Amino acid sequence: MATRAPRRRRNLAPFAFVAPFLLLFLLAFALPIGYAVYQSVMDVEYTGALGLGGSHTVFVALRNYSDALSDHAFLRSVGRVLLFAAVQVPVMVALSAGLALLLDSASARGVRFFRAAFFLPYGVPGVIASILWGFLYVPGVSPLVDGMRHLGVSVDLLGGDTVLWSIANIVTWEFAGYNILVLVAQLRTVPAELYEAARIDGASAWATVRYVKLPLLRPALILTTVFTIIGTLQLFAEPLVLKPVSSSIDSAYTPNLSAYNEAFTNDNYHLAAAEAVLLALTAFVLSFGFLRLINKRGGDA
Amino acid sequence: MSLQTPARTVPTGGGTPASDDGTTPRGGITGVTTRSRILVTGLLVAAAGYFLLPVYWLAVASTKSTGDLFGSFGLWFSHPQFLSNLHEVVTYDDAIYLRWAANSLLYAGVGAAVATLLAAMSGYALAKFSFTGRDTIFNIVLGGVLIPATALALPMYLLFSKAGLANTYWAVLLPSFVSPFGVYLCRIYAAASIPDELLEAARIDGAGEVRIFTVVALRIMTPALVTIFLFQFVGIWNNYFLPLVMLSDSKLYPITLGLTSWQSFADRQPQLYQLTVGGAFVSVVPLMIAMVALQRFWRSGLTEGSVKG
Repeated sequence: MATRAPRRRRNLAPFAFVAPFLLLFLLAFALPIGYAVYQSVMDVEYTGALGLGGSHTVFVALRNYSDALSDHAFLRSVGRVLLFAAVQVPVMVALSAGLALLLDSASARGVRFFRAAFFLPYGVPGVIASILWGFLYVPGVSPLVDGMRHLGVSVDLLGGDTVLWSIANIVTWEFAGYNILVLVAQLRTVPAELYEAARIDGASAWATVRYVKLPLLRPALILTTVFTIIGTLQLFAEPLVLKPVSSSIDSAYTPNLSAYNEAFTNDNYHLAAAEAVLLALTAFVLSFGFLRLINKRGGDA
Repeated sequence: MSLQTPARTVPTGGGTPASDDGTTPRGGITGVTTRSRILVTGLLVAAAGYFLLPVYWLAVASTKSTGDLFGSFGLWFSHPQFLSNLHEVVTYDDAIYLRWAANSLLYAGVGAAVATLLAAMSGYALAKFSFTGRDTIFNIVLGGVLIPATALALPMYLLFSKAGLANTYWAVLLPSFVSPFGVYLCRIYAAASIPDELLEAARIDGAGEVRIFTVVALRIMTPALVTIFLFQFVGIWNNYFLPLVMLSDSKLYPITLGLTSWQSFADRQPQLYQLTVGGAFVSVVPLMIAMVALQRFWRSGLTEGSVKG
């Protein structure tokens, strides 16, 4: 008996440790997802002439989804963030990897200063970064636009063709430093003997990067890529803040903006829920698909 | 694992280095020529210019009057009046700015502290106990990492407003307590750094599970916990969508929401342009200093998350 009591307590201990987190996880993750799915298959219907007979919620199966998927503005917003992701993710990862390798290279001086300078923008909230860059995009206020005009280059950074890439610039500016820090940390775990071995084998600097450093960076590159994909699909604050200064940004510029607008301007929670579910699914499928793809390739190598 | 790996400047090999300048810093393999050093430094300087330029612009702009903000060259000072701008920022509208700052501190400070503790408890349990449902729980948590937070905010708002929690401090705090990524990091870190023998020894000595956790596990996991706290703090501080959806009373706003509300009224009240810029500068500087000062702590935990892959 004396030994049984503590044993039982030990069996309960892990559950007691996990329970508070799990409870809140359910509240903040599982329940909202479940509720969004529920909301997305329901809709409000009005009865009587002019809908004066009152309203009630009815099951409409996938109607909100088909509404969302046949809404051209929403589809364009999805296409827009996918195009954005297709450009932004490789640019971001390549830039971060390039700067991390430069920081780690033998020729780098003042590494501490540069690392701090690159990381600084990560502490600037996305909305504030957007307010900042917004000023730097508006002609008449921006020293950049004015400076370029003096050089005879006139670009409209807020025009229909360019504003998406102006937003991409803000996102890159905010998060590249974080990615660089992850990659530099990973490079620091490379044992010095490995470089020594490569040197003895007569490997050039480029060959070392290609055959030693990049393969070792793979896990960190995967991590940063997945986070960049998830982050990209959530685009919200940047276009919202730039909206007043760019006529090219409408209320359905990104899926998130569209869902927000449906919920809080049009009071159409059910359509908003369907859009939110579609967004979560897309992020999940893309991130998961990327992980699977990478793992499969890694298995063959 | 060490918190910071000092840059190695000593030649690693015992032999005489054959490179041009005789040093082989970490990562260096071939001789470093002056030309490549100039090239690397040039690229790093250009990148630093890109990352620092908007911050520099903000610093300059925060010293200007509303008129000069639009009428003078953006990258240089013009009639600096930083102190009177600062005074204006903190006193405008019954010092609402200070209230926003305090709210941000509350959301980020309390949110990150609780999230870190909960992540430590569950990460430790998932790593160091075997029990039914362990892998299921871990996989569900991993799935949580892949779900965009903004997709959850809308339905969460609907649930919270039904429960009467919308537009309260809890609406922002409760979701901030949950960090699936923190659990993930803690599990990996605890599995790698807490020896089973140590826990067994403590049990034989008669220590209870709670005591073992608080005395032994938390102490060993401290580097990971610092990282998670910092992540969560910055994440909550920078979050915009959740408070935007949840809060309608401007007295509950965090600083991000407050500044955009100033900005959105600025075309009717041009003075608010200067307040937005000045307020942004004041809010960003302390965080930047903290960021740079705490960098080494960040790095210690960053790679833990990427070991799996």
